[in-house]
Amino acid sequence: MTTAAIPATEAPKKQPLRIARILVYVGLIALALFYLIPIYVLVSTSLKSYADVSLDRMWQFPQHLTLAGFAAAWSGDPLKGQQGLGGNFFNSVKLVIPALFISVMLGSLNGYALSHFKFRGADILFFLMLFGMFIPYQSVMIPLVRVEQFLGLYGSIPGLVLAHVVYGLPITTLIFRNYYAGIPHDLIEAARIDGAGLLGIYRRIIVPISAPGMVVAIIWQFTQIWNDFLFGVIITNKPSVQPITVALNNLAGSFIVQWNVQMAGALLTALPTVIVYILMGRYFVQGLMAGSVKG
Amino acid sequence: MTAATPSVPMPRRRRRRFSSDHWGPILLLLPSALLILVFVYGFIGYTGWLSMSNWNDLVVNPLKFVGLDNYMHLFRDQRFQIDMQNTLTFSVIFIPGCLVLGLIGALLLHTGLPTEGFWRTVFLLPMALSFIVTGVLWRWLMNPSSGLNLLFDALHLPFLKNGWYTDPNIGIKAVALAALWQYSGYTMAMYLAGLRAIPGDVYEAAQVDGATASQIFWRITLPLLTPVSLSAVIILGHLSLKIFDLVIAMAGPQGGPAFSSDVPANYMFNTVYQANKFANGAGIAMILLICVSFLVIPYLSWSLRQEARA
Repeated sequence: MTTAAIPATEAPKKQPLRIARILVYVGLIALALFYLIPIYVLVSTSLKSYADVSLDRMWQFPQHLTLAGFAAAWSGDPLKGQQGLGGNFFNSVKLVIPALFISVMLGSLNGYALSHFKFRGADILFFLMLFGMFIPYQSVMIPLVRVEQFLGLYGSIPGLVLAHVVYGLPITTLIFRNYYAGIPHDLIEAARIDGAGLLGIYRRIIVPISAPGMVVAIIWQFTQIWNDFLFGVIITNKPSVQPITVALNNLAGSFIVQWNVQMAGALLTALPTVIVYILMGRYFVQGLMAGSVKG
Repeated sequence: MTAATPSVPMPRRRRRRFSSDHWGPILLLLPSALLILVFVYGFIGYTGWLSMSNWNDLVVNPLKFVGLDNYMHLFRDQRFQIDMQNTLTFSVIFIPGCLVLGLIGALLLHTGLPTEGFWRTVFLLPMALSFIVTGVLWRWLMNPSSGLNLLFDALHLPFLKNGWYTDPNIGIKAVALAALWQYSGYTMAMYLAGLRAIPGDVYEAAQVDGATASQIFWRITLPLLTPVSLSAVIILGHLSLKIFDLVIAMAGPQGGPAFSSDVPANYMFNTVYQANKFANGAGIAMILLICVSFLVIPYLSWSLRQEARA
């Protein structure tokens, strides 16, 4: 770090430093191989033709690159009764947008109320909300399905939106509460003295500086909702409304030996969240850290 | 909007706004609080009641309170015993694996390399995937006549070859490996944040005192990371109890041969949706919830108290 300052006297120390650096790179490359080799298999298998995906050639590059696997994964094979993922991809889009929007809006309001106002029971309420983030959803599954049936939402995308909004509230509230806690209280006090009300402060002070927290919450919720399987499988029973993760699991069951189709399907399912992650990784990690409660 | 208008009637309105401050935040929270109250606590209460009822068929009339019968049944049930054993096996591989891999990765990343961002992006990439994607991918990688077994052949390590999720003796261990691949980046990010929070003068003081690199690691860095390790154990532990999607995607809805990859969450799902034994399923769910609570409630109160002190 400070090697440039006094080159002459630092010179003898450089040798062990360089070896240490090489060791660091060796370690990093080994880890990168561990994480990337499965990704290589995913991508290369998905670009193979069915004739090319024999078991003993798994590790080889595709002989000819083809998108046939993607075509089959997207549209299925109606003649054989095999469902594709295309429709389900859009189900997930239709599900994720409203669920994301509502849970982030509510989380922002909750976070605002919990970060700058003290009222009796606030701590207990926050605790009870946070606990909701950790429960195994099996413990709410049976009544959830009954209530959704009662509301006429069972088996529909709005029914899934409801579940994701409710069970997404703890984490969005937590993200915004931690983020808003960083806003100086004086700012809010000053606006109050200027006559701004609760919602006025929210609209004119909190919302305009919410963007970074908003991005963290949006990316986190997007990833969670898109990747969810459990709610999809218990709330939607018809393939025509199921989200893409449920459809991928079914696809893997029907294209049993066509590994190229399975991998293409897996890649199609992963693509939206991976793209978001690669473009906005920093915010994704912030959401991840918020999930371990301490901000 | 009307902030610029001169204010004659302001004082009175200001006072009223102040008094609404007490109820205002509560009103803001009310919709969410009600939703959580009903959908989390109400539903848990209902599941708890079901777990002590006789609803073990599609239609049961009248529904009766049977006390702890369902729990007694579960503790005697062989599949449930296998599942709890599998959960334990899973966590014994998954939790230490994530801690060690995460710590190594974080230490490597914390060396101040200019390319740190690139490596971090690579290591955390699996965290962006769905468990179903991971499961479908690893079922291919762990295909007994292909994938990793071929790789072991090529590396002249034939003793490492095995049947993975198709071998009843391996089962859940194969699932734990895939989970490790997906989640170790999480602990890496946690440890990295923890390392960043250690002030540099701690190390300088140790160096001045002539401490070696390994002494610094074992006596300073690792103890200072204890809170991070503790958080990680809680988070990973509760994930181990909840693991479900990955098992379905890798080993199928029945949890592989002889339930070798089966877990309670999956058994609960089967019990309710295939066998219509709602009360038994509710019992499994409640046992999971109680296990999670033992981990999470002390942790949550600890971290909220710490935060209040800060």
